[in-house]
Amino acid sequence: MRRLFLIAVPYLWLLALFLVPFAIVLRISFSDIALAIPPYTPTLDTSEGVWAGIRDLVSQFDFENYEFLTGDDLYWKAYLSSLQIAALSTFFTLLVGFPIAYGMARAPQEWRATLMMLIILPFWTSFLIRVYAWIGILGTEGYLNQLLLSLGLIDAALTILNTQIAVYIGIVYTYLPFMVLPIYAALERMDESLLEAAEDLGCSRTSAFWLVTVPLAKNGVIAGCFLVFIPALGEFVIPSLLGGSDTLMIGKVLWEEFFSNRDWPVASTVAVILLLILIIPIILFQRNEQRLREEEDA
Amino acid sequence: MKKFACLLATTAMATAATAEEVRVYNWSDYIDEALLEKFEAETGIELIYDVFDSNEVLETKMLAGSSGYDVVVPSGTFLQRQIAAGAFQELDMSKLPNAGNLWDVIQARTEKYDPDNAYSINYMWGTTGLGVNVGKVQEILGPDAPIGSLDLVFNPENMEKLADCGVHFLDAPSEIIPAALAYLGEDPDSQDPDVIAKAEDVLMPVRPYIQKFHSSEYINALANGDICVAIGWSGDVLQARDRAAEADNGVEIAYNAPSEGALMWFDQMAIPADAPNPEAAHTFLNFIMDPENMAQASNYVYYANGNAASKEFLVEDVIGDTAIYPDEATLENLYTTTPYDARVQRTVTRLWTKIKSGT
Repeated sequence: MRRLFLIAVPYLWLLALFLVPFAIVLRISFSDIALAIPPYTPTLDTSEGVWAGIRDLVSQFDFENYEFLTGDDLYWKAYLSSLQIAALSTFFTLLVGFPIAYGMARAPQEWRATLMMLIILPFWTSFLIRVYAWIGILGTEGYLNQLLLSLGLIDAALTILNTQIAVYIGIVYTYLPFMVLPIYAALERMDESLLEAAEDLGCSRTSAFWLVTVPLAKNGVIAGCFLVFIPALGEFVIPSLLGGSDTLMIGKVLWEEFFSNRDWPVASTVAVILLLILIIPIILFQRNEQRLREEEDA
Repeated sequence: MKKFACLLATTAMATAATAEEVRVYNWSDYIDEALLEKFEAETGIELIYDVFDSNEVLETKMLAGSSGYDVVVPSGTFLQRQIAAGAFQELDMSKLPNAGNLWDVIQARTEKYDPDNAYSINYMWGTTGLGVNVGKVQEILGPDAPIGSLDLVFNPENMEKLADCGVHFLDAPSEIIPAALAYLGEDPDSQDPDVIAKAEDVLMPVRPYIQKFHSSEYINALANGDICVAIGWSGDVLQARDRAAEADNGVEIAYNAPSEGALMWFDQMAIPADAPNPEAAHTFLNFIMDPENMAQASNYVYYANGNAASKEFLVEDVIGDTAIYPDEATLENLYTTTPYDARVQRTVTRLWTKIKSGT
């Protein structure tokens, strides 16, 4: 009985916070736009009993919105461009995050808690405010340009804000801790005598890094990459604040459908397809986590 | 701190109204905040004031229902559509004795959106036009720069030269597309998708030179000298002009309603159908329609209002400025628009996405 209860809690959580909202979105995606509150039909009419209402509702569903999405290349371009931005920024985050995690794991024991604190500290400030701060840094009259100009490194102010580069900077900055922490966790557990053994056996420091450290950090790297890639794909705040008007991301397209067209059905359809695209990496991530746990148990 | 207060207000939205309070959702930078305190002091009603910067955001909240607001401020075309969707309740004129102060000239125009003005009162009105950093634009385009003509922003030759200095457009397809049509000599209020499509030929060639589409950032950007030109709302540009003057940074901003014609819009205060406290909402509307209060708001934000009795309290800077209270000649050059239906709206939004993203 107790076991059942323990299992039930996470499933109830999943049901209430994932499946029910998803069912609502899915239902709206089969509806039609209307000038009413809410702005779509059909809605559930329970005046003739709940089941009759649901039957009636289902009979009015259609796949028109899904067909519509395939007819306009905007959506495919937005999905592809989001995938590209998410993949590239994951790569850059790894590039920046790995050395940080490595440095942390190699630091003297007594420093590690402080370093960890420094990574987590920015989370105490609102995400929105931190992204806003980048507007002040990257602007034409911003701190970065002022610094570079005063150092004489550039002659004219660089245009970074409102370009794709600013979006990459924003995503890398925001999601860096999600990359650093799992890699750090993997590296910290590593037995340093393995490196000594490798060097004793004639490995140079570089090849020992590639042959010993990297494979041992692999699981942390995979976990970090998924933790960055998945939220970055649907990112809306960063591209809308830092990106230019030509930054095409599915989060922005969704916003337009929802707010400018007032077309909740098509917005929901876009969201359902985004979820379908995300399910693949999410399942891969789950598998990786599971394998990891099994390895540890063994 | 103001932002933080807004966040708190939004969070508080979820909890039910207990004490006597009224929740107002208005455009950003659109009131003298001293008025909010005055309202609380006079009526003893707690006022929770939130802001937005696009009609689309407001409309989405209205159509979702249960917004929790008692007073909202949509523009005319949006108001018309939201009335049709059943989003608002009729005003109870017996609770609005100050309604007699309203200006019949404006009332006649807003009837187009709200027949008999049964659902709304006019808060402010203005035009959509050109905000220009005069010094920089004349430096780039010469002393004869067409700062009063849409040629400034829709002629690629001018835009190419202005690009480095920075040009912002409103992120509002329902205002930029009519402007592009006016530039072509077409009917700005056209509902015909084929005519609307012509706006693309105007906007696409200048697209590479537009730095950003945004509906509120240009106030600061103009005032700081970060950008040279913005298609913006009259009072916002004038606020930028004043902020620059206050900062004494050598930036001189001017506003012009374009000679090809300018959009005249009306921001209307209305009470949502499901407002938690319609009684207090009426009290707020009546407070706003007090001539002195309305004048104080206009004197602060540099927009004309729809209150005839307030004119005597307006400072010369406002009532005497033809950019705010246009003269007869300019008034004839102003046009109004009507809402797009769902099908045309989709064409418009798609065109807008195409223009903004180049896709």
